[in-house]
Amino acid sequence: MSSVDALHRESAVDLARACAAGERSARSIADAFLARAASVEPGLDAFLELDAARVRAQADAIDARRDRGETLGPLAGVPVAIKDLIAERDAPLTCGSRILENYVSPYDAHVIERLRAADAVLFGRTNLDEFAMGSTTETSAFKVTKNPWDPARFPGGSSGGSAVAVAARMAPLALGTETGGSIRQPASLCGVYGLKTTYGRVSRYGAAAYASSLDQIGPFATSAADLALLLGVIAGRDTRDSTSADEPVPDYAASLGQGVEGLRIGVPREFFGDGVDPEVRATVERAIETLRGLGAETRDVSLPHTEYGIPVYYLVATSEASSNLARYDGVHYTTRADAPDLEHLYTRSRGDGFGLEVKKRIMLGTFALSAGYYDAYYKKAQQVRTLIRRDFDAAFADVDVLVGPVAPAPAAPLGAVVDDALAMYMMDVLTVTANLAGICALSCPAGFTEGRLPIGVQLLAPPFAEPTLLRTAAAFEAATDYSREEPIA
Amino acid sequence: MSAWETIIGLEVHVQLDTATKLFCRCAYEYGGQPNTQTCPVCLALPGALPVLNREALRLGIRTALAVGADVATHTKFDRKNYFYPDLPKGYQISQFDEPFCSGGAITIEFKDGSTKRIGITRIHLEEDAGKSTHRDTGGSVVDLNRCGVPLLEIVSEPDMRSPEEAYRYLTALKLTLRYIGVSDCDMEKGSLRCDANVSVRPRGQEAFGTKVEIKNLNSFRNVQRALEFEVARHTAALEHGSEEIVQQTRLFDATTGETRPMRSKEQAHDYRYFPEPDVPPVTIAGDEVEAIGATLPELPRAKVDRLATAHGLPRYDGWVLAEEPSVADYFEEAVAADAANDPKAVSNWVTNEVKRVLNEGTHTIDAFPIPSGALSGLIAMQRDGAVSATQAKEVFQGMLETGDDAPTVAKARGLEQLSDTDALETAVRAAIDACPKAVADVRAGKEKAKGAIVGHVMKQTRGKANPGVVQQLIDRVLAE
Ligand SMILES: [Zn+2]
Repeated sequence: MSSVDALHRESAVDLARACAAGERSARSIADAFLARAASVEPGLDAFLELDAARVRAQADAIDARRDRGETLGPLAGVPVAIKDLIAERDAPLTCGSRILENYVSPYDAHVIERLRAADAVLFGRTNLDEFAMGSTTETSAFKVTKNPWDPARFPGGSSGGSAVAVAARMAPLALGTETGGSIRQPASLCGVYGLKTTYGRVSRYGAAAYASSLDQIGPFATSAADLALLLGVIAGRDTRDSTSADEPVPDYAASLGQGVEGLRIGVPREFFGDGVDPEVRATVERAIETLRGLGAETRDVSLPHTEYGIPVYYLVATSEASSNLARYDGVHYTTRADAPDLEHLYTRSRGDGFGLEVKKRIMLGTFALSAGYYDAYYKKAQQVRTLIRRDFDAAFADVDVLVGPVAPAPAAPLGAVVDDALAMYMMDVLTVTANLAGICALSCPAGFTEGRLPIGVQLLAPPFAEPTLLRTAAAFEAATDYSREEPIA
Repeated sequence: MSAWETIIGLEVHVQLDTATKLFCRCAYEYGGQPNTQTCPVCLALPGALPVLNREALRLGIRTALAVGADVATHTKFDRKNYFYPDLPKGYQISQFDEPFCSGGAITIEFKDGSTKRIGITRIHLEEDAGKSTHRDTGGSVVDLNRCGVPLLEIVSEPDMRSPEEAYRYLTALKLTLRYIGVSDCDMEKGSLRCDANVSVRPRGQEAFGTKVEIKNLNSFRNVQRALEFEVARHTAALEHGSEEIVQQTRLFDATTGETRPMRSKEQAHDYRYFPEPDVPPVTIAGDEVEAIGATLPELPRAKVDRLATAHGLPRYDGWVLAEEPSVADYFEEAVAADAANDPKAVSNWVTNEVKRVLNEGTHTIDAFPIPSGALSGLIAMQRDGAVSATQAKEVFQGMLETGDDAPTVAKARGLEQLSDTDALETAVRAAIDACPKAVADVRAGKEKAKGAIVGHVMKQTRGKANPGVVQQLIDRVLAE
């Protein structure tokens, strides 16, 4: 057992076990991570809010239960950082936006209820791109989060705060949300594990909607085992989300040791196009070699409609967003601007409250849904979305898992892409198709650039085949040591 | 016949009587404290999601079957996007191009018994908005209790040709909806709302005239009044070119009886409909539809048909009885209780006396103090001459107050009619002795003068004498 100084390096699995067994108090764990955050957070700005008193109160309550002889849950005493898009009762919920600057949620999201029931400690609210719209966490109205491997670079987004919290070991686990790569991409850029769950695997109840047909909540962790632990807690049917699937939740931990012997791995050639950075390509090819060496079979496959992913994604996501964000209107609970009449109340509240990227996407979506344009844009996009889904269906008829890069390039300097919409949107080119198809996919640490920036490899599997992803990631993790590297000494 | 033809179509919104709202589990009751019947879902808080209340769909299917419409096997929900303070999500969950129900009709019946079929285009489910109140002192307040209450939107074909037909359509539709128990259809509480579309064209022309939509109609009478105003306005415009009719939405003002155009800003909407991604498409199984169909009660027209044929009632009586299915049931029970009673006599009692009491509002038919069998007993007493028509009404009042049966009340209040010939003969002879002038007049052929003698008898017997028997006795004694 390591000293308290190194407690933040322990896995969530070990921490939970130690806490449940009474070897460590939840309070001591909480204090260790609060201390860690106090030392590294000032340079990273991963959190929008981290209330030490609230953290300690939860930890103390968990300790009290254990002292009474109660059996603790699977995340006993484990801090979990929460993307500030997921509602937590009596905690601020800003979604990274001025328009919700003073909003406090009166209720818990489904995943938060699950975390509480599992005796996890809700560990602060992490920064994000405003309403999850962005790929660098720079569109947040409040903070710019830095990449712990190079604070001059962005961490990816939109769940950048959660990725950084885990990468810098300020929390062993975190929750993020995905709409087009918002977990996998920052996980890749920050060198941690990030899982985009199958659409319907995790209830969206309580996650502020960006694009309802694409949004999913998923975990960040520093190992496949920790990822499996958190996934097992949050997955499962919730009657408050009609799109939540009535699928049994398997024992994810059980899949971890199964290895990849005989696993059929597909390599989609469209994921290795000209836009992919040579170091990224080389890293992913090396990862494929590693998996082959572990007994996996590989073959080339094609996902011919990949190139349409970005236009389809930006039409579907912005259309839904234009409607989903209509509720932030200055009338009921959002920040209200002074106005002489109703129309100005709307235009000023929304004009002042939303940032540029959000306004851009609302306008794009509003346009795509407008009379006379619906068929050409939204409807056509949904048709192409079906073709993208069929690409995956066809590929998964022959292989168990697909392997490719997550992001075309490693983390770029802050400000490099945020003002160049097309450059920013193209960062999602290899992630959005999984959201459009509703399948599951994860990013796992696979190496570094020469300049020591992390590079992730993406694994994609059919709906509800998360065990296949975890099994592959665990085998790769056991054969390599990338995930054990730490950004800040 | 006028040279002009009126075309009317109606859009009716009906609140469904479900235990909870359409997409959340809040109960709704009219008149509650503002903003107390709400939750994260109907308040549109960040992260809240809608879940379809299947019971609302079942009530919708019930309605579809009652109007003979087709129930879709697949249906979906769509978002109708617009900003308004009583719509906290900024969109209403409705149904755009795949409503759960299409087709069907309501048959309206005129005074002469002739009928007309008014087609129904479609019926769809949607959620209600909250309620904005604009204060005289300035500013507005919003109550979101109503937000999310299930509504059926029932869209008619443009099949109505007069404001009266529109009135009859609404009456018939409301009766049907109340029969099947899907809504109380109380316009005062807003549980039934109606918008009207009207246009006028030269008779014989196929193309429709310019259409105007009228809103703010708070009673069936006002629907008719507003339409009458509009028809007159359109006709005058067509005949004299008094103004140009433009396609627009107009508001009805019940105090002036006139309509005026809504501000054009409120009219120009692109609702940007798109499929609601939070509510998956719904499959409706044939079994489910069949099971719902099996629970449908007898519908109003079928009931009137049966009352007319089985009991020989005029259709008018049938419609009055059928206004409340439980009143019709009460009538039928009363008829069944004594086969010797004339059903028309029973109908008269129910449609006059019983309904008069019900309209006063202190009693309901389900807990009526006079059971149907007791009413039947009263009618039998009248039939057998044991009470006069006037006495019967008094007995009815007594039964209402005490809950006792007719013979008990009649006895207790001394309301039995004297029909015994021997007992009455003494009184008749005394009256003849007391009214020599009347007797002379009768003998001179003035039949009317007999009334004075009858009156004397009635006075002596304190009104209990059977007037028919008294008449016969007078004739007999005078003929001696
Ligand atoms: Zn509610």
